[in-house]
Amino acid sequence: MTIRLMAALAAALSTLIFAPIASAEDAPKEIKIATEGAYAPWNFTTSDGKLDGLEIELANDLCARMKVKCTIVAQDWDGLIPSLKVGKFDVIMASMFITPKRLETIDFTQPYAVDPSGFAVAKDSELGKLGMSADKFKLDDEASAKDAIEKLKPLLKGKVVGVQAATTNLDFLKTYFADTVEIREYKTTEQHDLDLAAGRIDALFAQRTALAATLAKPEFEEYTIAGPGFVGGVFGLGTGAGVRKEDTKLKEMLNTAIDGAIADGTIKRISEKWVHSDVTPVK
Amino acid sequence: MIDFRFFLEIIPQLLAGLPLTLELAGTSILLGLVLALALALAQQGGNPLAVWPIRLFVAIFRGTPLLVQIFLIYYGLGQFRPFLKEIGLWWLFREPYWCAILALTLNTGAYGSEILRGAIRNVPRGLPEAASALGMSRLLTLRFIVLPLALRAAIPAYGNEVILMVKGTSLASIITLMEVTGIAQGLISQSYRAIEVFVAAGAIYLVLNFTIVRALHALEIRLTPYRSR
Repeated sequence: MTIRLMAALAAALSTLIFAPIASAEDAPKEIKIATEGAYAPWNFTTSDGKLDGLEIELANDLCARMKVKCTIVAQDWDGLIPSLKVGKFDVIMASMFITPKRLETIDFTQPYAVDPSGFAVAKDSELGKLGMSADKFKLDDEASAKDAIEKLKPLLKGKVVGVQAATTNLDFLKTYFADTVEIREYKTTEQHDLDLAAGRIDALFAQRTALAATLAKPEFEEYTIAGPGFVGGVFGLGTGAGVRKEDTKLKEMLNTAIDGAIADGTIKRISEKWVHSDVTPVK
Repeated sequence: MIDFRFFLEIIPQLLAGLPLTLELAGTSILLGLVLALALALAQQGGNPLAVWPIRLFVAIFRGTPLLVQIFLIYYGLGQFRPFLKEIGLWWLFREPYWCAILALTLNTGAYGSEILRGAIRNVPRGLPEAASALGMSRLLTLRFIVLPLALRAAIPAYGNEVILMVKGTSLASIITLMEVTGIAQGLISQSYRAIEVFVAAGAIYLVLNFTIVRALHALEIRLTPYRSR
């Protein structure tokens, strides 16, 4: 093979590989958005294989605002950030919290939702008898958060808690409950739901909207969300769309679109439809 | 580009999962060998009532992916809790550890039984005939003539199966068991450095399997001294 032919091939290959990636300077006309597709009602895969949920509807709305053609794809949770970095897609919208740790690697838009995390347990367990509390504790406010956590600890002592691996929810359990509960890590929330139904674990820890969606199914009649919700701290600023650090233009466009969706009540409307509560971030 | 400090940081964390990897592999390989031997011997008589159920079992466990087997045994059977409780087996299926052992054992038992069946069949027919001419019973022939030759001949093929099982334990992380691969995935989600973490995890498996290969090779040489002469 001659060197010229090889150079031509390399050039062709590189256009193939790099073509879909939006460059830093120009406004992209076409973007690929990745979601997990396994975190109902935020994003999930319907029985006929289509992606649906709050974030899918919001993504389509944002794309219309930006006048950009969007493709939405599903990607396993633990591969989302590595795949974004190597350019398999341009945006992550997968109920991902903006945290300092993640900001070291990728960039985020402003939050488009703020959703507290909490426990779900059997109704007749010690914690379950407390029922759901409307209180939300900010972990940044250490004194009051610590107080709330200490109150929960005796109620959860020795219980087995299921949580999705590689999430801020796992970080929270490891930071505050490692000495109290046995933590089981699952690849998807659907798997820890199955194990709760099977009676292998005593509790779930996840975003409350996701828990509410799980508990709405008939096999979870005996379970309830219990105790307060937690935000801030290890959970970061809220849920945002992840982008590569160099894609500043794309981030700017998304931020403007999110501003618009917050201002005209679109996020409120979509979130009330999907999670039965308003998760619009307060500016 | 390659950050050696990072390797030094993650290797001890990965090694924390090694005892679980070894436990899963060791237990299932030993139990699997017992199962494989039992299945191979049960087929020797040629009784169709023994042979056909075993063939079916082997076909199912060789014909489906180990990942699917682990999933079905753990999440699938988890949905039959009332029934499993009634027959007193829930303690076994409740624990991810025993579900993983069960899936790995049944899988390696199926593969192993075929390896051993082939090895037994390859023992020259003249040998058991000569033994019977000398008045040895069938059991005695099996114990002193057929099995020693068959087991020795099966070592290279069975070594393959042992290595496959060590690597198969990496699937246990999908049912919450944090062995080497499970820990590696956790580390990647914290550091987002997939290449370094998987290279380190791969190196651990490589060293482990290399040791096993050498040990089995040494065993083979020990059992065939006439060949090295």
